[in-house]
Amino acid sequence: MSQLKNFTKGLLKENPVFVLLLGMCPTLGVTTTAVNGLGMGLATTFVLVMSNMVVSIVKNGIPDKVRIPAFIVIIASFVTVVELTMQAYLPSLFDSLGLFIPLIVVNCVVLGRAEAFASKNKIGASIMDGLGMGIGFTLALTVLGAVRELLGAGEIFGLSIFDGSYGMLVFILPPGAFIVLGYLILIVNRLNKA
Amino acid sequence: MTYFIIIITAIFVNNIVLNQFLGICPFLGVSKKISTAAGMSGAVMFVMVIATIVTYLIQTSVLAKDAIIEGVDLSFMQTITFILVIASLVQLVEIILKKVSPALYQALGVFLPLITTNCAILGVAIMTIQKDFSLMEGVVFAIASSIGFGLALVLFAGLREHMDLMHIPKGMKGIPIALVVAGILAMAFMGFSGLV
Repeated sequence: MSQLKNFTKGLLKENPVFVLLLGMCPTLGVTTTAVNGLGMGLATTFVLVMSNMVVSIVKNGIPDKVRIPAFIVIIASFVTVVELTMQAYLPSLFDSLGLFIPLIVVNCVVLGRAEAFASKNKIGASIMDGLGMGIGFTLALTVLGAVRELLGAGEIFGLSIFDGSYGMLVFILPPGAFIVLGYLILIVNRLNKA
Repeated sequence: MTYFIIIITAIFVNNIVLNQFLGICPFLGVSKKISTAAGMSGAVMFVMVIATIVTYLIQTSVLAKDAIIEGVDLSFMQTITFILVIASLVQLVEIILKKVSPALYQALGVFLPLITTNCAILGVAIMTIQKDFSLMEGVVFAIASSIGFGLALVLFAGLREHMDLMHIPKGMKGIPIALVVAGILAMAFMGFSGLV
């Protein structure tokens, strides 16, 4: 039961983007389309699960004073794995995410979970926590990407919903990211209170 | 002339916060008051310039192809090396500032630990490499980027100070209205987009 709770809390109640407000840079930066949001979310989920797992295995061997640098090295190794894999097999996604792939290292969600959860809990719970947080993050990015794509280009996942002449370009451009995210947070706040 | 274009582009056209989405965490986190926003901008500028110089030298003398040993390309180590350099650099700057200039340390001290996870620092370091800048251009780019960061942060803090006095619908209070205002600020900066 408690394992399940570790998993589900990341989805809505403690959603890293909408509620904890962590990892805002990739959230706003890559979500011009739903596919980009999904890709970024899955890449972050992989790093989150693996780093949570490794941190919870080695937590007793790391002196307290150097734990943050040690966590960063662990995270950076997995980010490099993702970076090279994506460059080899998904080059078009790699190009559209660009700078934000190496920047997963400084995503506060990953370091935050390593510090706040994995360094204090057993391996099973840490993996579930990483998975739940990662999927919550993916969900948030995909929803944000889908809304921006729908309003900005009239498409979702590349399928056109409205006819070709439609398009409010501002939602694809940077201002749209801030405005859509603001309203999504408002909606999630209401859902969590109800 | 190139320096001038780099400066204008980094501050106005491709503003690091409002156009590139780097450093959003401090942008939302420490923008409640103008004074803290200014302090944070100062600390970011300080670390960003030093970090760009150090990572640039490491990239060209160690990580680039054929730099140490003929035929060895270590550039896949870029992410790990850069973040480690930045993390230790922040610690180092903190220790040195404490000894050399206690007054400056007092002003910037609280913000320094936060800077390690500020993606603007790592982002500018990587962008300097990606854009094939020379060292001097990299330094100018870092200074201009941090000025852009400071400009966005101080403007936004000013708006938020005013917003505390406004009547805002209950659900929009706090972060939602802050994000919508940031969106309008980003729209204003889009006016510069044809400039260069």
